[in-house]
Amino acid sequence: MITVASVPRLRRGVRLSFDHVRETHVLLFPEGVLVPNATAAAVLELCDGARSVTEITTALSRRYSGVREDDVVDVLSRLGERRVVAWT
Amino acid sequence: MDVNPPLGLLAELTHRCPLHCPYCSNPVELTTRDAELSTADWLSVLSQARELGVLQVHMSGGEPLARPDLPELVAHASGLGCYVNLVTSGLGLTSARLDNLVARGLAHVQLSAQGATRERADLLAGAKAHDRKLSAAALVKASGLPLSLNVVLHRRNHDQLAGIIELAERMGADRLELANTQYYGWALRNRDALMPTREQLAAAEPVVRAAVSRLRGTMEIIYVVADYYEPYPKPCMYGWGARQLTVAPDGTVLPCPAASAISTLRLANVRDTPLAEIWYRSESFNAYRGEDWMAEPCRTCDRRGLDFGGCRCQAFLLTGDAAATDPVCSRSPRRDVVDLVLARPPVSDLVMRR
Repeated sequence: MITVASVPRLRRGVRLSFDHVRETHVLLFPEGVLVPNATAAAVLELCDGARSVTEITTALSRRYSGVREDDVVDVLSRLGERRVVAWT
Repeated sequence: MDVNPPLGLLAELTHRCPLHCPYCSNPVELTTRDAELSTADWLSVLSQARELGVLQVHMSGGEPLARPDLPELVAHASGLGCYVNLVTSGLGLTSARLDNLVARGLAHVQLSAQGATRERADLLAGAKAHDRKLSAAALVKASGLPLSLNVVLHRRNHDQLAGIIELAERMGADRLELANTQYYGWALRNRDALMPTREQLAAAEPVVRAAVSRLRGTMEIIYVVADYYEPYPKPCMYGWGARQLTVAPDGTVLPCPAASAISTLRLANVRDTPLAEIWYRSESFNAYRGEDWMAEPCRTCDRRGLDFGGCRCQAFLLTGDAAATDPVCSRSPRRDVVDLVLARPPVSDLVMRR
């Protein structure tokens, strides 16, 4: 069960980087490329295997207004289903 | 038509290889060592590829570990921001060499295996290779990199399919690619000996389906079908010149890894032409892009956006016309060519790669 205390990280083998050719963030993994939307990219940049969902929400709130924990859980759950994110 | 930047580069660093697999899809005439691109050439190719939009770099061959400059090339591609994949037989992969590659940014290792047991695998590889692959897999796992196991399936190893899946599990592979042989290059010579039977393919289906379900979340299984037996062709490369390019050991740039087989195609080379010019403007990359090149039945087919008419190389090899519908397609007027192959009695002699 994923809660606000859960700690997400990029799954082993997944790398987040910025592609200056396409001017977008990209998720790179074995045999694949995904283009996360701006919200997902902002969340993923904070997934360091140490911050909890609550801490990620707090960090995002410093940069954006109206960030809700439930929305961050939703975004991360979807990325978990796509095998981009794992939970520690 | 709109041409998008490529996502992937298959960098065939060398044709040299310690294995002699009869299903090898590299050309019958291999590039010799003295004709290979230099380190400086490859560094330039990688820089140009990244500038062009390439994000995935597959260091392949032959055996890429045969190139002493591999660590330098991995570091360069990784430093540019590419995800670097090593496609290897595992022979020559020592702990020290792997540690060095990992330190330089290697992201993923794709290891080949030829069978489930040492006896069969070494017979099919034409070398004492199996035990060394087990060691290589253990090294990759210890390094923390994701591991893919890649197994080419054919009549001589389909009976070991369940054992191959168990082997991948024992290795701790994150991905298992089970690919029925594609008949290009050397493999085409051995087609009558390698073609799986209808019974073998029927037996494989439930084995793969059960493994996919049992291992969901642990190991991803990709099964590549035997296209000769299918009613519709594979979506080769997701379209010609659409997503990926291959640079061969001598610098020839190929829209499909097998494209050197199309003798009517004038291929460009990175030794004299910038990669971007080749991708966007060369005759070879534009020859079968989009749909304008299609004749009937592809031109008006409701599946043309799904399979892009199949494989141009296969169309050329089997019909002599690279613009023909892939004859695997049941709507192709030349499907008889494929059916004749399937109707032929099997041959027992395998000609090992040399």
